[in-house]
Amino acid sequence: MELTGSQILLESLRLEGVDTVFGYPGGAVINIYDDLYESPINHILTRHEQAAVHAADGYARCTGKVGVVIATSGPGATNTVTGIATAYMDSIPMVVITGQVPTPLIGNDAFQEADMCGITRPCTKHNYLANDIRDLARIIKEAFYIARTGRPGPVLIDLPKDIQVTKHKFNYPDKVNLRGYKPTYGGNIRQIEKAAKLILEARKPVLYVGGGITLAAAEDELLKLVEQTRIPVTTTLMAMAAFPQRHPLALGMLGMHGTFYANMSVTECDLLIAVGSRFDDRVTGRIDSFAEKAKVIHVDIDPTSIGKNVEVDVPIVGDLKDVLGKLHGFLNQKPELVEDLVEATDEWRTTITEWKERHPMTYRPSKSTIKPQFVIEKISEMTDENAIITTEVGQHQMWAAQFFTFRQPKTFLTSGGLGTMGFGLPSALGAQVAYPDRQVIDISGDGSFQMNSQELATLVQYQLPVKIAILNNNYLGMVRQWQQMFFEKRYSQTVMELPIDFIKLAEAYGATGLQATKVDEVEATIKQALEIPGPVLMNFKVSREENVLPMVPAGKAIHEMVLAS
Amino acid sequence: MKHTISVLVENEFGVLSRISGLFSGRGFNIESLSVAPTMDADLSRMTLVTRGDDRILEQITKQLNKLISTIKVVDFTNGEYIERELALIKVSTDAETRAEALRVVDIFRAKVIDVTPKSYTVEITGAPAKINGILELLRPMGIKEVVRSGPVVIGRGAKGVVG
Repeated sequence: MELTGSQILLESLRLEGVDTVFGYPGGAVINIYDDLYESPINHILTRHEQAAVHAADGYARCTGKVGVVIATSGPGATNTVTGIATAYMDSIPMVVITGQVPTPLIGNDAFQEADMCGITRPCTKHNYLANDIRDLARIIKEAFYIARTGRPGPVLIDLPKDIQVTKHKFNYPDKVNLRGYKPTYGGNIRQIEKAAKLILEARKPVLYVGGGITLAAAEDELLKLVEQTRIPVTTTLMAMAAFPQRHPLALGMLGMHGTFYANMSVTECDLLIAVGSRFDDRVTGRIDSFAEKAKVIHVDIDPTSIGKNVEVDVPIVGDLKDVLGKLHGFLNQKPELVEDLVEATDEWRTTITEWKERHPMTYRPSKSTIKPQFVIEKISEMTDENAIITTEVGQHQMWAAQFFTFRQPKTFLTSGGLGTMGFGLPSALGAQVAYPDRQVIDISGDGSFQMNSQELATLVQYQLPVKIAILNNNYLGMVRQWQQMFFEKRYSQTVMELPIDFIKLAEAYGATGLQATKVDEVEATIKQALEIPGPVLMNFKVSREENVLPMVPAGKAIHEMVLAS
Repeated sequence: MKHTISVLVENEFGVLSRISGLFSGRGFNIESLSVAPTMDADLSRMTLVTRGDDRILEQITKQLNKLISTIKVVDFTNGEYIERELALIKVSTDAETRAEALRVVDIFRAKVIDVTPKSYTVEITGAPAKINGILELLRPMGIKEVVRSGPVVIGRGAKGVVG
């Protein structure tokens, strides 16, 4: 049967199991939208293309499925770039379809023309200009395959308007044939044995776990390995929900705003087992002092991550589920040696417990002003076990990582690599579309919130009951904190001088707005918000000059922490 | 240290910009680059010369391999290989220097491929050092223009690099 390019696209999406797309129409995708009119695919109309990408990103992060976006050519397409770069840095599977001007006009500076393959080349895993109808089905097949396999990432398909209306026989390929793309899944068994040997010899081992564990859905394998070996676990921002933070061996986050005991453990360890993490500068601080006493095992599906920032003793390329499973299996065959390991590392765990007792993750409570950390603790206490938390970027994001007790995988959606303000609200929207019945809370700051606040309209239109908690200090707090600590309190352009009436803003969109200005209003506000069936914005007027601590100043080693103001 | 790397890539739209963009985006150095289709019309072979320590070179080869369009990456620096470059050189000549120019061309087994009353155009192939050598000797006569292809390399022995 002959189909038009736009019908081929929608039919291919259906065959890929896509039931929801996020997007925004325009001239160069009008044919696709015409076919969507009668399609069973659920389309969520955001109020900005950037938000459509973050929404698809949030959807992908909490489901593990590929997020799908449609945007028009030119400005519609360029608006997606921040979202694509965000997904790229955090390795989120996504397919972005952008309209393009008709093929005869490409290169002519036509109306709403932008070279999207050129613009997105460095922030996509791969991209395509589908300028021949005969290639379209293959390209879509490959795009989904590339997006979800290996180290996942966003793939862009630029689809010219004339191709959308050209008819061609539709045959969706069964498999892909990509000579240059064959990700390694099975970990090399010799390397795994070497790793096991190092583990059994270690006296002060630490697991340093990153977002890869979530992408590989290897949370169970990690937990099993930890239970077996009793090795303490520190998680990066991207992996906070990948290991139950109530677990006695959980050390919380490491790095610039990591816990005292996580940073000390990494500094003092004799074996660092990096799993799906990439030695990012926010984690390592001064790189030459990072885990300098330790041998390093590094497991990752992406060979470029290994040996990029630090030298590695045992590199293992492979799928974490496979590698951790094999490692667990191998150690299982040596129960006496594992028993010896557990016994020999007992002192190490005692040392860590002493660090925990000496400097627990805490803050100075107040009766007069609302502490932002207190709000997050309350949200943590009052929400369901499977509640999904999203954040924007800044102080509130770090406090969320520090003070929310994560308990289930894929419940913490945050822009780790790119650090994109304005990510939290649209990604919460996407998560709520994926799970209409779960609690979804966007922990936000007053600065970040205003970067995509227009998405309140989308929440109300689709009755998505996202709860937004603005920790409002009328500052761009993280930059203000740096200015306080390193620039003699010269608060250059970080004071949000206009106090926004966020309650009225919420109400203008048809959402509910709640406000808490006193400590004893916090709980009631959260309770009320969770009970209201629709979207709710909570405005918490928090103590204005609260700092995120501990903090490792830029360029310092991670044990050189500022612990108190 | 200098490295000569062969990259087999899909012969498709935008592949050159993927490779060159990777080098510029990650701050890798690129000294020369030559590209042409292979026997398999779906593939192109690039030969590029770059510099860096072992860690940088490891990243370069890994990052090149990571591109979806890349089929194979071979770093020839640590193996036996033959390196050849083509140069076209336009050198000024007059009655006095013509004989000397021809002698130099002869010694280097180069060829004169165009002649005017005021110039010779010389074609030479060889390892980059050989081309540097002839340029050195022709320079006193006055070189008007030089075009170099950048080196291409092939491994010694019976085994070939295929996709």
